[in-house]
Amino acid sequence: MRLRDAVLAMRNTGDFTALQEAIPYTRFMGITAELRDDDIVGRMRFSEHLVGNASVPALHGGALGAFLESTAIFKLLWHGETTSIPKTINITVEYLRAARAEDVRARAVFTRHGRRVANVRVFAWQDDEERPVAIATAHFLLVQE
Amino acid sequence: MTDSFLPQKDEVRRRLEGRYVGAVPHNQSLNLRVVDYKPEVLSLALPYREDLVGNPETGVLHGGCITSLIDATCGGAVILSLVAPRRIATLDLRIDYVRAALPYQEVICEAHCYKVTRHVAFVRASAHHGDVASPIATASGTFVVFREGRREGEEGGSE
Repeated sequence: MRLRDAVLAMRNTGDFTALQEAIPYTRFMGITAELRDDDIVGRMRFSEHLVGNASVPALHGGALGAFLESTAIFKLLWHGETTSIPKTINITVEYLRAARAEDVRARAVFTRHGRRVANVRVFAWQDDEERPVAIATAHFLLVQE
Repeated sequence: MTDSFLPQKDEVRRRLEGRYVGAVPHNQSLNLRVVDYKPEVLSLALPYREDLVGNPETGVLHGGCITSLIDATCGGAVILSLVAPRRIATLDLRIDYVRAALPYQEVICEAHCYKVTRHVAFVRASAHHGDVASPIATASGTFVVFREGRREGEEGGSE
Protein backbone atom coordinates (compact mmCIF):
# COMPACT_ATOMS: atom_id res chain seq x y z
CA MET A 1 0.00 0.00 0.00
CA ARG A 2 1.24 3.49 -0.80
CA LEU A 3 2.06 5.73 2.13
CA ARG A 4 -0.83 8.12 1.45
CA ASP A 5 -3.37 5.27 1.36
CA ALA A 6 -1.84 3.72 4.50
CA VAL A 7 -2.18 7.01 6.41
CA LEU A 8 -5.80 7.44 5.28
CA ALA A 9 -6.61 3.81 6.17
CA MET A 10 -5.09 4.34 9.63
CA ARG A 11 -7.24 7.46 10.18
CA ASN A 12 -10.38 5.64 9.07
CA THR A 13 -9.90 2.43 11.03
CA GLY A 14 -7.51 3.22 13.90
CA ASP A 15 -5.42 0.26 12.72
CA PHE A 16 -1.72 1.07 12.27
CA THR A 17 -0.74 -2.19 10.55
CA ALA A 18 -0.81 -0.80 7.00
CA LEU A 19 1.18 2.28 8.07
CA GLN A 20 3.82 0.16 9.78
CA GLU A 21 4.05 -1.95 6.61
CA ALA A 22 4.31 1.13 4.36
CA ILE A 23 7.35 2.50 6.24
CA PRO A 24 10.27 0.07 5.74
CA TYR A 25 12.13 1.13 8.90
CA THR A 26 9.19 0.64 11.31
CA ARG A 27 8.71 -2.83 9.81
CA PHE A 28 12.43 -3.58 10.32
CA MET A 29 12.27 -2.39 13.94
CA GLY A 30 8.93 -3.98 14.85
CA ILE A 31 7.51 -0.57 15.76
CA THR A 32 3.76 -0.11 15.59
CA ALA A 33 0.99 1.71 17.45
CA GLU A 34 -2.54 1.15 18.62
CA LEU A 35 -5.45 3.27 19.70
CA ARG A 36 -6.17 3.12 23.41
CA ASP A 37 -8.86 5.37 24.94
CA ASP A 38 -8.63 7.70 21.92
CA ASP A 39 -4.87 8.10 22.29
CA ILE A 40 -1.97 6.59 20.36
CA VAL A 41 0.21 4.12 22.25
CA GLY A 42 3.38 3.11 20.41
CA ARG A 43 4.81 -0.35 20.77
CA MET A 44 8.22 -1.80 19.92
CA ARG A 45 8.21 -5.59 19.99
CA PHE A 46 11.32 -7.07 21.52
CA SER A 47 13.69 -8.66 19.05
CA GLU A 48 17.29 -9.82 19.51
CA HIS A 49 18.56 -7.32 16.95
CA LEU A 50 17.45 -4.38 19.17
CA VAL A 51 19.90 -5.29 21.91
CA GLY A 52 22.73 -2.84 22.67
CA ASN A 53 24.45 -4.78 25.42
CA ALA A 54 24.18 -8.53 25.16
CA SER A 55 25.63 -9.23 28.61
CA VAL A 56 22.94 -7.33 30.60
CA PRO A 57 20.94 -7.67 28.21
CA ALA A 58 19.58 -4.17 27.53
CA LEU A 59 18.05 -2.43 24.53
CA HIS A 60 20.25 -0.19 22.36
CA GLY A 61 19.88 3.52 23.16
CA GLY A 62 19.55 4.27 19.47
CA ALA A 63 16.67 1.80 19.12
CA LEU A 64 14.85 3.48 22.02
CA GLY A 65 15.42 6.91 20.45
CA ALA A 66 14.12 5.59 17.13
CA PHE A 67 11.01 4.21 18.85
CA LEU A 68 10.30 7.53 20.62
CA GLU A 69 10.69 9.44 17.34
CA SER A 70 8.47 6.96 15.48
CA THR A 71 5.73 7.20 18.11
CA ALA A 72 5.74 11.00 17.76
CA ILE A 73 5.48 10.65 13.96
CA PHE A 74 2.60 8.16 14.26
CA LYS A 75 0.72 10.54 16.54
CA LEU A 76 1.37 13.51 14.22
CA LEU A 77 0.09 11.47 11.24
CA TRP A 78 -2.97 10.43 13.26
CA HIS A 79 -3.85 14.04 14.10
CA GLY A 80 -2.41 15.70 10.99
CA GLU A 81 -4.20 17.24 8.07
CA THR A 82 -1.71 15.99 5.49
CA THR A 83 -0.48 12.50 4.70
CA SER A 84 3.17 13.57 4.37
CA ILE A 85 5.63 12.36 7.00
CA PRO A 86 6.69 15.28 9.23
CA LYS A 87 10.39 16.15 9.15
CA THR A 88 12.34 15.88 12.40
CA ILE A 89 14.02 19.21 13.19
CA ASN A 90 15.65 17.91 16.36
CA ILE A 91 15.26 15.33 19.07
CA THR A 92 16.70 15.09 22.56
CA VAL A 93 16.51 11.74 24.31
CA GLU A 94 17.00 11.35 28.07
CA TYR A 95 17.80 7.81 29.19
CA LEU A 96 16.44 7.24 32.68
CA ARG A 97 17.04 3.53 33.27
CA ALA A 98 18.28 0.54 31.33
CA ALA A 99 15.55 -0.94 29.13
CA ARG A 100 15.28 -4.71 29.53
CA ALA A 101 15.05 -7.20 26.69
CA GLU A 102 11.25 -6.89 26.51
CA ASP A 103 8.58 -4.94 24.61
CA VAL A 104 8.48 -1.16 25.09
CA ARG A 105 5.46 1.14 24.90
CA ALA A 106 5.31 4.90 24.45
CA ARG A 107 2.87 7.78 24.61
CA ALA A 108 3.35 11.16 22.92
CA VAL A 109 2.05 14.53 24.14
CA PHE A 110 1.91 17.67 22.01
CA THR A 111 3.33 20.58 23.98
CA ARG A 112 2.50 22.82 21.03
CA HIS A 113 0.94 21.88 17.70
CA GLY A 114 1.24 24.85 15.34
CA ARG A 115 0.67 25.04 11.62
CA ARG A 116 4.33 24.67 10.68
CA VAL A 117 6.01 23.23 13.77
CA ALA A 118 4.96 20.70 16.40
CA ASN A 119 6.66 20.33 19.79
CA VAL A 120 6.27 16.82 21.15
CA ARG A 121 7.24 15.00 24.36
CA VAL A 122 7.33 11.21 24.23
CA PHE A 123 7.52 8.84 27.19
CA ALA A 124 8.62 5.20 26.83
CA TRP A 125 8.05 2.56 29.49
CA GLN A 126 8.12 -1.19 29.99
CA ASP A 127 6.06 -2.52 32.90
CA ASP A 128 5.04 0.70 34.66
CA GLU A 129 3.97 3.82 32.79
CA GLU A 130 4.89 5.85 35.89
CA ARG A 131 8.52 4.71 35.58
CA PRO A 132 9.63 5.70 32.07
CA VAL A 133 12.83 4.20 30.68
CA ALA A 134 13.39 7.12 28.30
CA ILE A 135 11.83 10.49 27.46
CA ALA A 136 12.25 12.46 24.25
CA THR A 137 11.59 16.10 23.41
CA ALA A 138 11.36 16.70 19.68
CA HIS A 139 10.40 19.35 17.16
CA PHE A 140 8.90 18.48 13.79
CA LEU A 141 8.40 20.50 10.65
CA LEU A 142 4.93 19.77 9.33
CA VAL A 143 5.06 19.25 5.58
CA GLN A 144 2.25 20.86 3.58
CA GLU A 145 0.86 18.87 0.66
CA MET B 1 50.07 9.17 12.46
CA THR B 2 53.53 7.64 11.88
CA ASP B 3 54.20 4.12 10.62
CA SER B 4 55.28 2.93 14.05
CA PHE B 5 51.70 3.31 15.27
CA LEU B 6 50.16 1.25 12.48
CA PRO B 7 50.27 -2.22 14.08
CA GLN B 8 48.71 -0.77 17.18
CA LYS B 9 46.14 1.03 15.06
CA ASP B 10 45.20 -2.19 13.30
CA GLU B 11 44.79 -3.87 16.66
CA VAL B 12 42.50 -1.13 17.93
CA ARG B 13 40.47 -1.32 14.72
CA ARG B 14 40.09 -5.09 15.14
CA ARG B 15 38.94 -4.62 18.72
CA LEU B 16 36.45 -1.94 17.73
CA GLU B 17 35.05 -4.02 14.87
CA GLY B 18 34.96 -7.27 16.82
CA ARG B 19 33.96 -6.28 20.32
CA TYR B 20 32.10 -3.03 19.81
CA VAL B 21 30.43 -3.12 16.41
CA GLY B 22 30.35 -6.90 15.91
CA ALA B 23 29.37 -7.89 19.45
CA VAL B 24 26.51 -5.38 19.74
CA PRO B 25 23.47 -6.97 18.06
CA HIS B 26 21.80 -3.72 17.02
CA ASN B 27 25.03 -2.25 15.58
CA GLN B 28 25.53 -5.48 13.67
CA SER B 29 21.96 -5.49 12.35
CA LEU B 30 22.62 -2.04 10.85
CA ASN B 31 25.95 -3.24 9.33
CA LEU B 32 27.84 -0.41 11.03
CA ARG B 33 31.46 -0.21 9.84
CA VAL B 34 34.54 1.43 11.34
CA VAL B 35 35.71 4.15 8.94
CA ASP B 36 38.49 5.70 10.97
CA TYR B 37 39.56 6.61 14.45
CA LYS B 38 42.04 8.77 16.27
CA PRO B 39 42.45 9.08 20.00
CA GLU B 40 39.06 10.34 21.25
CA VAL B 41 37.59 10.52 17.72
CA LEU B 42 35.68 7.71 16.01
CA SER B 43 33.97 7.52 12.61
CA LEU B 44 31.41 4.82 11.83
CA ALA B 45 29.43 4.36 8.62
CA LEU B 46 25.82 3.26 8.19
CA PRO B 47 25.39 1.74 4.70
CA TYR B 48 22.22 2.72 2.82
CA ARG B 49 19.57 -0.01 2.83
CA GLU B 50 16.02 -0.08 1.49
CA ASP B 51 14.68 -1.62 4.70
CA LEU B 52 15.90 1.39 6.76
CA VAL B 53 13.95 3.96 4.74
CA GLY B 54 11.68 6.22 6.80
CA ASN B 55 9.87 7.97 3.98
CA PRO B 56 8.98 5.69 1.06
CA GLU B 57 8.12 8.74 -1.07
CA THR B 58 11.67 10.13 -0.93
CA GLY B 59 13.76 7.03 -0.15
CA VAL B 60 15.50 8.87 2.70
CA LEU B 61 16.66 6.82 5.72
CA HIS B 62 14.58 7.06 8.91
CA GLY B 63 15.97 9.40 11.56
CA GLY B 64 15.85 6.45 13.97
CA CYS B 65 18.70 4.53 12.34
CA ILE B 66 20.73 7.75 12.20
CA THR B 67 20.06 8.09 15.96
CA SER B 68 21.44 4.56 16.43
CA LEU B 69 24.49 5.38 14.29
CA ILE B 70 25.17 8.57 16.29
CA ASP B 71 24.62 6.85 19.66
CA ALA B 72 26.94 3.99 18.69
CA THR B 73 29.63 6.33 17.38
CA CYS B 74 29.49 8.60 20.44
CA GLY B 75 29.68 5.59 22.77
CA GLY B 76 32.64 4.22 20.83
CA ALA B 77 34.43 7.57 21.04
CA VAL B 78 33.98 7.46 24.83
CA ILE B 79 35.41 3.94 24.99
CA LEU B 80 38.42 5.10 22.93
CA SER B 81 38.98 7.93 25.41
CA LEU B 82 38.99 5.80 28.56
CA VAL B 83 42.32 4.55 29.85
CA ALA B 84 40.76 1.33 31.16
CA PRO B 85 37.76 -0.62 29.89
CA ARG B 86 34.59 0.56 31.64
CA ARG B 87 30.91 0.00 31.16
CA ILE B 88 29.19 3.12 29.86
CA ALA B 89 25.57 4.14 29.27
CA THR B 90 23.99 7.03 27.38
CA LEU B 91 22.51 9.69 29.68
CA ASP B 92 21.23 11.97 26.97
CA LEU B 93 21.63 12.59 23.28
CA ARG B 94 20.51 15.62 21.27
CA ILE B 95 20.41 15.53 17.49
CA ASP B 96 19.73 18.52 15.21
CA TYR B 97 18.91 17.74 11.59
CA VAL B 98 20.50 20.71 9.85
CA ARG B 99 19.62 19.63 6.32
CA ALA B 100 17.78 16.83 4.56
CA ALA B 101 19.59 13.53 4.16
CA LEU B 102 19.94 12.22 0.60
CA PRO B 103 18.58 8.85 -0.52
CA TYR B 104 20.80 5.95 -1.67
CA GLN B 105 23.88 7.24 0.20
CA GLU B 106 25.61 5.90 3.27
CA VAL B 107 25.77 8.11 6.36
CA ILE B 108 29.04 8.61 8.23
CA CYS B 109 29.15 9.81 11.82
CA GLU B 110 32.25 11.37 13.35
CA ALA B 111 32.18 11.68 17.14
CA HIS B 112 34.68 13.49 19.36
CA CYS B 113 34.79 12.72 23.07
CA TYR B 114 36.13 16.09 24.18
CA LYS B 115 35.95 15.67 27.96
CA VAL B 116 35.97 12.78 30.41
CA THR B 117 35.46 13.34 34.12
CA ARG B 118 35.42 10.71 36.84
CA HIS B 119 31.83 9.65 36.14
CA VAL B 120 30.73 11.43 32.97
CA ALA B 121 31.95 11.72 29.37
CA PHE B 122 30.92 14.49 26.94
CA VAL B 123 30.75 13.97 23.18
CA ARG B 124 30.05 16.08 20.09
CA ALA B 125 29.24 14.46 16.77
CA SER B 126 28.17 15.17 13.23
CA ALA B 127 26.67 12.96 10.54
CA HIS B 128 27.34 13.54 6.85
CA HIS B 129 27.43 11.86 3.43
CA GLY B 130 31.22 11.98 3.08
CA ASP B 131 31.94 15.70 3.44
CA VAL B 132 32.36 16.54 7.11
CA ALA B 133 32.01 20.25 6.24
CA SER B 134 28.46 19.65 5.01
CA PRO B 135 26.68 17.81 7.84
CA ILE B 136 23.11 16.51 7.72
CA ALA B 137 22.99 16.32 11.52
CA THR B 138 24.94 17.61 14.47
CA ALA B 139 24.69 16.03 17.90
CA SER B 140 25.88 16.18 21.47
CA GLY B 141 25.69 13.47 24.06
CA THR B 142 26.65 12.70 27.64
CA PHE B 143 27.52 9.26 28.95
CA VAL B 144 27.83 7.91 32.45
CA VAL B 145 31.03 5.95 33.09
CA PHE B 146 30.67 3.15 35.63
CA ARG B 147 33.79 2.88 37.78
CA GLU B 148 33.07 -0.50 39.34
CA GLY B 149 30.53 -3.27 39.03
CA ARG B 150 27.09 -1.75 38.73
CA ARG B 151 24.59 -2.11 41.54
CA GLU B 152 20.97 -2.82 40.82
CA GLY B 153 18.90 0.35 40.74
CA GLU B 154 21.87 2.59 40.10
CA GLU B 155 21.29 5.67 37.99
CA GLY B 156 19.90 4.97 34.58
CA GLY B 157 21.03 5.23 31.04
CA SER B 158 20.92 3.00 28.06
CA GLU B 159 23.52 0.75 26.50
